[in-house]
Amino acid sequence: MSDIITVKDLCLWYGSAQALKDININIPEHAITALIGPSGCGKSTFLKTLNRMNDLIPGVKITGEVRYAGQDIFAPGVDVNMLRKDIGMVFQKPNPFPMSVYDNIAYGPRTHGIKGKAKLDDIVERSLRDAAIWDEIKDRLKKNALGLSGGQQQRLCIARALAVEPQVLLMDEPTSALDPISTGKIEELASALKEKYTIVIVTHNMQQAVRISDQTAFFLLGELVEYGDTETIFSVPVDKRTEDYITGRFG
Amino acid sequence: MRSKFDEQLSTLNRELITMGALCENAIAKSAKALAERDLALARSVPDLSVQIDEKERQIEGLCLKLLLQQQPVATDLRVISAALKMVTDMERIGDNSGDIAEIITVAELTAADETEDISAMARAVIKMVTDSLDAFVAQDVAAAQAVIAYDDVVDGYFSKVKRLLIQRVRSAETDAEQALDLLMIVKYLERIGDHAVNIAKWVVFSITGDREVAP
Amino acid sequence: MQPGISKKRRAYILLMRILMWLSVALTAGLVLFLVTYVMAKGLPEISWNLLTTKPSYLSGNIGILPDILNTVYIIIAALIFVIPLGAGAAVYLNEYARNKKLVAVIEYAAETLSGIPSIIYGLVGMLFFCSFLDMQTSLLAGALTLVIMNLPTVLRTTQESLKTVPQSYREGAFGLGAGKWRVIRTVVLPGCVDGIITGCILSVGRILGESAALLFTAGFAHAVHGFFEGLNSAGATLTVALYVYAKEQGEFGVAFAIAAILMVLTLLIQLAAMLVGRYFKKRRDL
Repeated sequence: MSDIITVKDLCLWYGSAQALKDININIPEHAITALIGPSGCGKSTFLKTLNRMNDLIPGVKITGEVRYAGQDIFAPGVDVNMLRKDIGMVFQKPNPFPMSVYDNIAYGPRTHGIKGKAKLDDIVERSLRDAAIWDEIKDRLKKNALGLSGGQQQRLCIARALAVEPQVLLMDEPTSALDPISTGKIEELASALKEKYTIVIVTHNMQQAVRISDQTAFFLLGELVEYGDTETIFSVPVDKRTEDYITGRFG
Repeated sequence: MRSKFDEQLSTLNRELITMGALCENAIAKSAKALAERDLALARSVPDLSVQIDEKERQIEGLCLKLLLQQQPVATDLRVISAALKMVTDMERIGDNSGDIAEIITVAELTAADETEDISAMARAVIKMVTDSLDAFVAQDVAAAQAVIAYDDVVDGYFSKVKRLLIQRVRSAETDAEQALDLLMIVKYLERIGDHAVNIAKWVVFSITGDREVAP
Repeated sequence: MQPGISKKRRAYILLMRILMWLSVALTAGLVLFLVTYVMAKGLPEISWNLLTTKPSYLSGNIGILPDILNTVYIIIAALIFVIPLGAGAAVYLNEYARNKKLVAVIEYAAETLSGIPSIIYGLVGMLFFCSFLDMQTSLLAGALTLVIMNLPTVLRTTQESLKTVPQSYREGAFGLGAGKWRVIRTVVLPGCVDGIITGCILSVGRILGESAALLFTAGFAHAVHGFFEGLNSAGATLTVALYVYAKEQGEFGVAFAIAAILMVLTLLIQLAAMLVGRYFKKRRDL
C-alpha cells in the first residue's frame, strides 16, 4: 500500500494564532484514515489543508509541504481546481445545491467541461449507484434536492463528490448531523468506497473511527500526537494523551 | 465525565480480589485437610468451588455489561478483557482445589514425610495466586513477571515430591496407590501454579497490551 | 388579572396600553385618511381620455399618456444601468474584495449616498450629465441621475441577499473544483435573485416617487416619443407632471388623478415586493 498524500513539517496560522504545528503524516491509498481529537484541535483545519479549502479563509499562512501523488500542492502553478477535482470533499452538514438531484450530481462534471446528455446521464447514474442511493431516488432525479431527508442529502453530496472521479475523498464529520440509521449507511458506504478511493475522515465519534478506519491520527492543540493502525491506537495507545482522550479522561 | 465507569471498574477490581480470596481459601483448606488428614475440612472445599463458579458468572456479567455500556478502548478494554480471561483461570483453580479435596476424602491416606513438601508447595501456589491478583490491582508489570518466574519454584517442588514418591515406591515404604494419589495432588497444585502464571500473563497484557506473553 | 401585581403597576400597564393603542390608531388613521382623501379626489377625475391622449394647448385637452410613457421609459433605462452596476458592485464587495477596510469605506459611502436629499442629486445630475456631458435636459440624463440615486439601494439589497446564500453552497462548489466565477454564476447569483429583484422593486418605487431630481435633469415636456427618441428628449414623469399640473397650471383635478394612479402603483409595487419575497422564501425553504 503506497502513500497517496505525504505531509512534511506542516504549520498553519490563522493570523497570529498557530492552528497546526509541524504535522508529519503519510496517508496510504485505498484505506480509511480517521482524524480524531477534541474540538479545536486542528483536525478539520488539517483536512481542509489537503485540498486547499483553507485558501478561502483570509489571513491563513502555511509553511511546510503537502504532496499529493508526489506533487507539492502549494507549488506555484498548481491548478487548485484540478487539485479539488482529485481530492473531493464531503462536509459536516449536507449541503446540496438548491437545484434538482440531477443537476447537483452533474454540477461537477459540467464544471469540468463534460457535456452531452447521454454522458451526463451515465455519470449521474453511476455516481448515485456508487453512493448507494440510486434505488432510493432514481424516480426523483428532477426533484429539488433540498426535499430529500438529511441522510439522503448527505449521500447525495457523496455522490456529487464522486461524480468528478476523485482519487481522495475528504469527509468532515459527515455523520454528525444524521440519525443512527443514516450514519450506519454512510459508514457502510465509506467502507465500500475505499476499494476505489482513499478516504480521510474527521470524526468525533470514537466508535465510528474504530468501526471504519484503518489508520487513526490523534490531534491535540494543533499537534499530531499519535498516528498508527486504528486497532493499535484503540487498544494500546503509546501516548498518555491519546489514552486519556479516547478513554474519556479528558478535561 | 466517567465517574460511573470508574466506579464500575473498581467494583470489578473488588470482585476479582474476592474471587481470588475464595481461590486462596480453597487451596489452603485442601492443603490443610491433607496435612491434618481432616476429612470434614476436605468436604467443605466443594462448597467453595460452587461459590467460585458463582463469582465467575457474576464477574463475567459485569464485564459484558461494561463492554456493552462503555465500549471501552485502550487500557479499559485491556483490563476488562483480561479480567474476562482471568476469571476462567481462577475458576479452574477452584476446580483443581476441589479435585484435591476429593482425593483426600476418597483415598485413605496415611501420614507421610512428603506432607511437609506438599504443604510448602501449597503455600508457594497460594502466594502466586495472591501476588498475581495484587499485581492486577496495582497494575504492576514487575510483580506479575515475578509471579511468572516463581512458577519454577512450584515446578521444583513438584519434581522433588515426584522423586521422593518414586523412591518410596521402589523401597516399598509406600504402596503404589497412595503414591499415585499424592502425585495427583501435587500435579493439581502444579496446575494451579500454571493458572496463576496465566493470570499474571493477562495482568502483563492488561498493562502493556503485549499479547505475545499472554497464554 | 394576575394576582400579586400592585395597583400602581396595574395602572401603569393600563396607561401604557392606552398610549400604544392611541399611537397605532393615529398612524393607521393618518394612512387611511390620506389614501381615502386622495382616492376620493382623484379617482373620479380619471378617464379614458386622460390616460390615452397627450395635452394640447390648442384644444385645451389634458392627457397624461406622455407622462406615463416617460415614467416607463425612465424606469427601464434606470434599471438597465442600475442592476448590473449595483449587483456587480455587490458581488465584488462580497465575493472578491479582500481588503476589509476598503469594503467598509465603500459600504459607508453607499450608506451616506442614500441619505442625501434628492434635490442635490438633481443639481449634480444637471451639472454633470446635462451640461458637462452635454446630454441636455433629457430622460437619459434623468435616468442616469436616478441610477446614482438608486445604486445604494440595489447594492445593499443585493449584498444582504448575497450574505444569506449559505457559505456551505460555496464550499460545496469549490470542493468540486469549480472556479470562483463559476461558483458565483451558478450557485451564488441564483440564490440571491430575490435580493436583486427586491432591490429593483424598491428602486422602481423610488423612481415613481421622485420629482426633485428629475425637475433639473429630465424636464417638463409632454410629447409622445418612442423609447430611444424619448431618452434623448426632455419629458416629465408622472410625479413631475403632478407637480406641474398642480403648481404651474392649477389643474388640481388632474393632479389628484395622477396622485391616485401613483398611489395605486405604489401599492401594487409593495404587493409585488411582498409576493416575490414570499415566493423565494418558499423556494429556499423547500
